[in-house]
Amino acid sequence: MARAALPGRLTWRAATLVGERWETPSARTLVLDVPDWPGHLPGQHVDVRLTAPDGYSAQRSYSIASAWADNATDKTVELTVQRLDDGEVSPYLTDTLEIGDQIELRGPVGGWFVWRPAQEKPVLLLAGGSGVVPLMAMIRARGAAKGKQPFRLIYSVRTPEDACYAQELSRRVRDDPGLDVHFVHTRVTPRKRIDVATINSYGWPADFTPDCYVCGPTTFVEAAADILVALGHDPKRIRTERFGGTS
Amino acid sequence: MNPLDGNAMAGDLRELFTVDVTAARYTCAGCGHAEAVGALVLWGQDMGRVGRCPHCEDVVLRVVNAPDRVFLDLHGSVRLELPLAGS
Amino acid sequence: MGIISRGFGGRRRESVPGLPPGQYLTHDFPVLSAGPTPRIPLDRWSFTIATETGEKKSWNWAEFTALESADVTVDIHCVTKWSKLGTTWRGVSLDTLLADVETAADYTMVHSFGGYTTNVPMEDLLDGKAWIAYKFDGEDLEPEHGGPARMLIPHLYFWKSAKWVNGLSLMNDDEPGFWEAAGYHMYGDPWLEQRYQGD
Ligand SMILES: [Zn+2]
Repeated sequence: MARAALPGRLTWRAATLVGERWETPSARTLVLDVPDWPGHLPGQHVDVRLTAPDGYSAQRSYSIASAWADNATDKTVELTVQRLDDGEVSPYLTDTLEIGDQIELRGPVGGWFVWRPAQEKPVLLLAGGSGVVPLMAMIRARGAAKGKQPFRLIYSVRTPEDACYAQELSRRVRDDPGLDVHFVHTRVTPRKRIDVATINSYGWPADFTPDCYVCGPTTFVEAAADILVALGHDPKRIRTERFGGTS
Repeated sequence: MNPLDGNAMAGDLRELFTVDVTAARYTCAGCGHAEAVGALVLWGQDMGRVGRCPHCEDVVLRVVNAPDRVFLDLHGSVRLELPLAGS
Repeated sequence: MGIISRGFGGRRRESVPGLPPGQYLTHDFPVLSAGPTPRIPLDRWSFTIATETGEKKSWNWAEFTALESADVTVDIHCVTKWSKLGTTWRGVSLDTLLADVETAADYTMVHSFGGYTTNVPMEDLLDGKAWIAYKFDGEDLEPEHGGPARMLIPHLYFWKSAKWVNGLSLMNDDEPGFWEAAGYHMYGDPWLEQRYQGD
């Protein structure tokens, strides 16, 4: 279809896989070269479109994992994709896509679930599973900007082996002043869930009026957001993103 | 099937508008609740995107993509408040 | 069309002769939902026909399942391009449900638990073309596929076969249902590829 590219409107771009790494046995980071990428804010995502030779196509949204700096020499865009075994798009991205292959990308999009380095409040990040991806982009952007805002991440994940970015997070806790990370392991005995006590101990008091970002599966997001409200956080300062059936 | 949320509609809406609609505030026609479009609970990905109010589950916004057209149905929203770029 | 992704096939699908235009064959049963799946206890289930003059006729679950049922084997065609052949259902024909209803209405609106609606012309419900099905493949219909009972109108795109049905209102004039109001075709004949308004 011939759709004229009007200025200010968004169109699909070809992205080339130029690098990759496994974060866990089932989550792969794709490093993509996207010509004329306009830059993005941490928390934004892209839509990925795959097209088969017979014209059949499938489209999914993925959060951007990397931070963007206008002055940086590395102009790539990174996505971390969690493989869902019965999925249609994610197994292709984790297992089939090879260096040099192209996919179509539309973005960056989303202006609500974003953190801007100009925000001065403390930040509380609550991640469930692969919901950590856009929150990692925020941590990386803060690191790149040498931000002074106190950041706390509570990361709920099944086992330590299922945690993405574990090494980088421990390095950043050491090197990025004011960043704390707490893990909640849901499949390691004693099994834990994100609960009032955890958020009370490892989050920020509501008096600090932190900006809260919650990302994960629907059940996680709803439970965590309810706890934040119960602890007195202003619902207007709680932003959520559901990582649903992105298959 | 798990729902996503309004954030996942950003790409489709950004193809139509020059501003980001997920940061807009909707007012629900069903219950009067006002919140960001990004917070809508999103269902029905295959036939079209159905954004429901997280407060009352009513449909606030629907986007249907035909090969040559896009249908945007806002009748579950009494208004949309759109932030202008740069503010 | 965009660039081709090397090695991408997508869900297993076959283009076979005899399908409506643009359709692929699928062997699984994809679930499409425009909202949360309602769980309806059978003791709270009922189905009501409301005529254009406001008269109502209702069946509870025991009354409904006591009606004469039919076993049907039909092909179904979803507007998202999958078709599934030879699906087997048990249900009550709309001919049976409408037999004693006084009406001159030309149109109907199907209603569901959860608020879904879809419009169907009266003549498409009659003469052995439509059922309210409560068994699929010999088993009770699962909630995600529309249980306890769903509409089955196989000659139209499958969004017309509303899941979780609880009523039918009879109308003198055609009105759009849930998807029709959002751009889908008012009638939805898969053989004419009536997917969107104006098709
Ligand atoms: Zn509402």
